[in-house]
Amino acid sequence: MILTEGLYKQFDDFVAVRGIDLHVPKGEILALLGPNGAGKTTTVRMLASILRPTRGRAWIAGHDVVKEAVTVRRLVGVLTETPGLYGRMRAREYLRFFGELQGMPRAAIDVRSEQLMAQFGMDGVWHLRLGEYSKGMRQKMALIRTLLHDPPVLLLDEPTSAMDPHSAKQVRDAILTLRSADRAIIICTHNLAEAELIADRIAIIRRGEIVARGSATQLKRDLLGAPILEVRTANPLNGARRLIDDLIQIEAEGDTWLRYRTETPEQVNPLLIDRLSRAGYRVVTLSEVPRPLEEVYLQVVEKQSSMEEVRQTQ
Amino acid sequence: MIDTLVISAQNGRLAFKRAWIITRREVRDTIRDWRLMVPIGLLTLVFPALMQFVAILAQDWVRRWGAELIGERMIPFLLMIVGFFPISFSLVIALETFVGEKERYSLEPLLATPLTNEELYWGKTMAAMIPPVLASYLGLTVYLIGLYIGLRWLPDPELLALIVLLTTAEALVMVSGAVVISSQTTSVRAANILASFIIIPMTLLVQAESFMMFWGNYAALWWILAALLVVDAVLVRMGMRIFNREELLGREIDELNLGKAWRYFWRFLREPPPGTTARQKRFLPRVYAHDLPVLLRRHLVPIAVVTLMQIVAFIIGWRYALQYPLPEGLVALDVPEDAFAQIPDIGFLPSLNPWAIMTHNLRVLALEAILGLFTFGAAAIALLMVPIAIIGILAGEAPFIGASPWLLLATFILPHGIVELPAAIIATAMALRLGASIISPPPGMSLSQGVLLALADWVKVMVFLVLPMLTIAGMLEVWLTPWIVVNVW
Repeated sequence: MILTEGLYKQFDDFVAVRGIDLHVPKGEILALLGPNGAGKTTTVRMLASILRPTRGRAWIAGHDVVKEAVTVRRLVGVLTETPGLYGRMRAREYLRFFGELQGMPRAAIDVRSEQLMAQFGMDGVWHLRLGEYSKGMRQKMALIRTLLHDPPVLLLDEPTSAMDPHSAKQVRDAILTLRSADRAIIICTHNLAEAELIADRIAIIRRGEIVARGSATQLKRDLLGAPILEVRTANPLNGARRLIDDLIQIEAEGDTWLRYRTETPEQVNPLLIDRLSRAGYRVVTLSEVPRPLEEVYLQVVEKQSSMEEVRQTQ
Repeated sequence: MIDTLVISAQNGRLAFKRAWIITRREVRDTIRDWRLMVPIGLLTLVFPALMQFVAILAQDWVRRWGAELIGERMIPFLLMIVGFFPISFSLVIALETFVGEKERYSLEPLLATPLTNEELYWGKTMAAMIPPVLASYLGLTVYLIGLYIGLRWLPDPELLALIVLLTTAEALVMVSGAVVISSQTTSVRAANILASFIIIPMTLLVQAESFMMFWGNYAALWWILAALLVVDAVLVRMGMRIFNREELLGREIDELNLGKAWRYFWRFLREPPPGTTARQKRFLPRVYAHDLPVLLRRHLVPIAVVTLMQIVAFIIGWRYALQYPLPEGLVALDVPEDAFAQIPDIGFLPSLNPWAIMTHNLRVLALEAILGLFTFGAAAIALLMVPIAIIGILAGEAPFIGASPWLLLATFILPHGIVELPAAIIATAMALRLGASIISPPPGMSLSQGVLLALADWVKVMVFLVLPMLTIAGMLEVWLTPWIVVNVW
């Protein structure tokens, strides 16, 4: 649904995006994760046919973003970084304006507006001018505007920024619902937890380049190594090490717990439980230690920084 | 053919419909803004009534002193002023049309819609035009009704049509100019400062129109209207050409970066013309073998336009001479041998030496380029037309003093003109391109890059082609032309 080949964007002397290759099929959500100025917004703007790539190509549902810009803009719903509403308008008038620009009949606009306003808990604010909305309400209104014409591709730049936790959850839930509806979605975010929660795949972008990509699990495995598992017992684990030394490599241990890594948990874990149980240790839990995506992100960023330093020294 | 026309008409209708969605929203937004509507209301309803009162008072007063004419002329003059004041608001609305939206972050959602650049441009231009122009028409109506009730005065239909058209054309000039500014700046503050480039010429124009009104020279006002329509067309084309989403969103700060500008200019100057590659690696041989032929080929149309305009200037000069012939025997073309040695130094003319002539010509051609830059190239052509028209006058007068015009041209002009005139035409064509680069930068280049490229091309052609030609022409003018003239005449 979304495909790019060597997408490159240069503003005068500044290179914002350096040859990005992406493929987001229907039903998938891709999170573009990166610091400010990494090139996320520029990528989204190129995919939305707002900016022309300096080099490389991109297609939205098979349409070239340069040659078929108007068609692409019809197929894409763009949530911009800042809501950018017209403060003197009310919701109905505002949504009619954008609906008409998308070529929707007025009756369809009204039906869809009411449905979306209700979905986002905004059905009590029809009478207010958009300038009177709170920050979260403005963001929701911008999202409603984005979804109004039911586009098959969504490009969401920081969709939950400035929202209270309840509103953010509403938006996240809505995005998850949208995935099941045969869409390709790209979310630009700084929010690592959100990316992990919503996205099927994550692409970490830094200085205009994708430096890591994959599912959250895959990224963690690739960058942080095999998962860390923790076994907890009801009685102290004194002397247990010699029983399992040949089976696992212990990373850390306490009185009633130990942590280890394994590449083959499906083979190792049953054996481990069996040996401990036979030796009289009562296993209470065996679980994977959660590793936040933040660790992956920081590792990637640090690795890139040190590589750049080496390059500069050379 | 008919099918194509039908499709074009349908596309045009759809494009207008989409542009109108923008216009409708923005007009509503303007109407909701009391800071705009109160002054527009005052200028539309109160100001015309005040002007009508002033007109009646003034007419009574001047009549007492037997100066009825002033009173008569005062009424149409005030009609024009009543029409002009409300349209001044179009400037305010248009100035903030793009940059204001950018500052409020509402521009990007609009740019992400399926609107084309043209639809956006026209939607916003119409939105800036409609409220002030309608207010202006309303103001004119109020004023005229007041005058009819107070003085039983009805305007001459030609005058009324002229004022309505002038008002509309002026509004379009201000709006199209302001839209250009608005789409090229990054803050409303910067746009307001740059608006002086519109306000000052418009003020001068209104003063000129006022003078014409009191003079009663309506024919001149029609010419002003025609000129305004040309300016409208140029500004609209310029606005459409340089309006693009890239520029609107890509630029974050208005930084005067002379270093960057210089780097661009230097690169354009050093490298072969964009889109070409040269075999020669060394700069000077490459300029003569590759760059100059490419540049001349690329400027064939401006060269043809300039040449054509010079022919027109020559014909105008000749016709002028036929209209105002010199009395027979007034001038005798009998040139003594020491005639050229006796030429006194005249302030604005160069001394008769090759260096002075060359530098004089070079100065004039440089001035052409500077003026061309501010007038979209028009002043450059006009400046060269003046001496050519004078040559036309001299040639036209020749028969009246018993000389052959062709012999006069062949002896006085041709010996050095054969080099000087092509040099001047090429330089003027480059100046025309320099001015036009503001209206239509090359595809893929920003406005400033387009101007810098045109400037680099101008410098290349001037230094490596025109300057040597002018040097040769200067030598011919000093050493060959006088010798021929003295021997023939």
